[in-house]
Amino acid sequence: MTRAVTSTFKYVSLVLASIAMLLPIGLIVFGSFKTNQEFLATNPFTLPASWTNLENYATAWTRGGMGLGFVNTFVVFAAAIVGTILIGAAAAYALDRFRFHGRRGVLNMFLLATLVPGVTTQVATFQIINALGLYNTRWALIVLFMGTDIISIYIFLQFMRSIPRSLDEAAMIEGAGHLRIFFQIILPNLKPAIATVVIIKGIGIYNEFYLPFLYLPDSDLRPVSTALFAFKGPYGSEWEIISAAVVITIIPILVLFLFLQRYIYNGFTSGATK
Amino acid sequence: MTTAPSPLRSGTAARQAPGAGAARGTTPGGTGRGPWLRRLTPYLFLLVPVALLLVLTYLPVANMFWYSVTDWDGLDKVKNFVGPDNYVEVFTEPDNLRVFYVSLYYFVASFVQMALALYFATILSFKVRLKNLWKGILFFPYLINGVAIGLIFLNFLKPGGGLDTVLLATGLDALVQQWTGDPDVANYSLAAVSVWRYMGLNFVMFLGAIQSIDGQIYEAAELDGANRWHQFRHIIAPSIKPILGLSFILAISGSLSVFEIPYVMTGGGNGTETFVIRTVWMAFNRGMVGLASAMAVILLIIVLLVTWVQRRVVPDEEVDLT
Repeated sequence: MTRAVTSTFKYVSLVLASIAMLLPIGLIVFGSFKTNQEFLATNPFTLPASWTNLENYATAWTRGGMGLGFVNTFVVFAAAIVGTILIGAAAAYALDRFRFHGRRGVLNMFLLATLVPGVTTQVATFQIINALGLYNTRWALIVLFMGTDIISIYIFLQFMRSIPRSLDEAAMIEGAGHLRIFFQIILPNLKPAIATVVIIKGIGIYNEFYLPFLYLPDSDLRPVSTALFAFKGPYGSEWEIISAAVVITIIPILVLFLFLQRYIYNGFTSGATK
Repeated sequence: MTTAPSPLRSGTAARQAPGAGAARGTTPGGTGRGPWLRRLTPYLFLLVPVALLLVLTYLPVANMFWYSVTDWDGLDKVKNFVGPDNYVEVFTEPDNLRVFYVSLYYFVASFVQMALALYFATILSFKVRLKNLWKGILFFPYLINGVAIGLIFLNFLKPGGGLDTVLLATGLDALVQQWTGDPDVANYSLAAVSVWRYMGLNFVMFLGAIQSIDGQIYEAAELDGANRWHQFRHIIAPSIKPILGLSFILAISGSLSVFEIPYVMTGGGNGTETFVIRTVWMAFNRGMVGLASAMAVILLIIVLLVTWVQRRVVPDEEVDLT
């Protein structure tokens, strides 16, 4: 008897939570297919008159610069991710495979840095990016994404320990230098860790709003998130177009999630706990 | 630690216990190279990572302390030393202090968020129909862009929007209000949106921790007559203590660094201005870099203090980097 009650309670709570999670998104999807008059005249729960009305999507994509936003996001993502992997793996390689003066100190420096929330130092970081001449260029974002990424160094460091040293040593006996060992043995063996980093970092970069908002005012360089924010201006009252723009930004992440679910969960557990 | 499976992982990880580092101390050396190059190698690999760390984390922190005692506007060549003036202004100007008060809404909300996450993580780590579907639905909002979430909820919470329609349809007319327009309500609404957004992350972290518990322990407990609550109390709760501690730290720095949702939804109006919104406005619109830096220093000190206290109260056994 109690079992049946708790089981019912369990499913009721899951259904209610799912409604709370899906309803706000669902109503945006409905809105994105409505015409302007329809949006204003109908109840938010009313289904759109036509599910093939893609006009809002076309407007959002072209006039709102969403297409360009995706290109800009991708360019930053590609550069930052390559940098993060090389930098993180190099740091982990040095820290795990060598014993040298200052090793403890460097480790502690990375550890201490995790305690500094990025938002606190942004006013001061801004001056440095500005002084380096990177303000309003994509490099500002790329450098910041590479430089603040201590989590991936941890993930690489944790993973590096599981790569047997005998592999390096065997290569060394064959006369390979450290650079060759790094590129031909360490990096290929770090693949699962790299996948984790790519997923966490990729989602982070795709969703990042604060940094492009601050460092990249140029509308031609806008990534997806600031391009979406810009809809609040000229289209501020045209909710059907804003809705379409919102759906456009959600679709890629939904598709990715459906295909990579398991890896994404794993990525976040290992990323967050390290 | 959960990573995609690899044949290399099992066995080797266990052998590399902390403390073994010193024992295996010798450096693998390159053959036929000078010893100086061998000694230089680790430094060469660390050159770029450490340079970025210094330039983008430590230098800004140091500069921030320096700016906080000057009257710098961000452009001037000269920065005049003004001593503690900025700090005095932070603590005497109510508008500056209010942002810390606003973060309390998000901080309290993060406990609601953790409680919900813990509940769902617990029920979903046992037998449930459609497990993956529920997991996906609960986690997915976390992956959505903050701006998109802000816009989704502006649409949902506007007068006559989705929430009002639900309330009217269920006869709860009395509850209908200006969800983001009324200063008495706005922060609750925004904090609730924040719970909606981040619950999934806590949920997945807790789920990972609970699933790493050996299943045999439950079986043994069940034989001893333990019910679900006993199992939660004596098996699950103790074993996820480290991750609860981590979530607590994340809750604090998270509630102090709220930006996107209030910025998109209210622009910081109606008493919803947060620390980040205010410092951005002060530093970049009003040219008060010195004052903004003083606020940032105070925030940093709060975060460090709380983290330190938390570490004392819940010692984290997992931090071993070597």
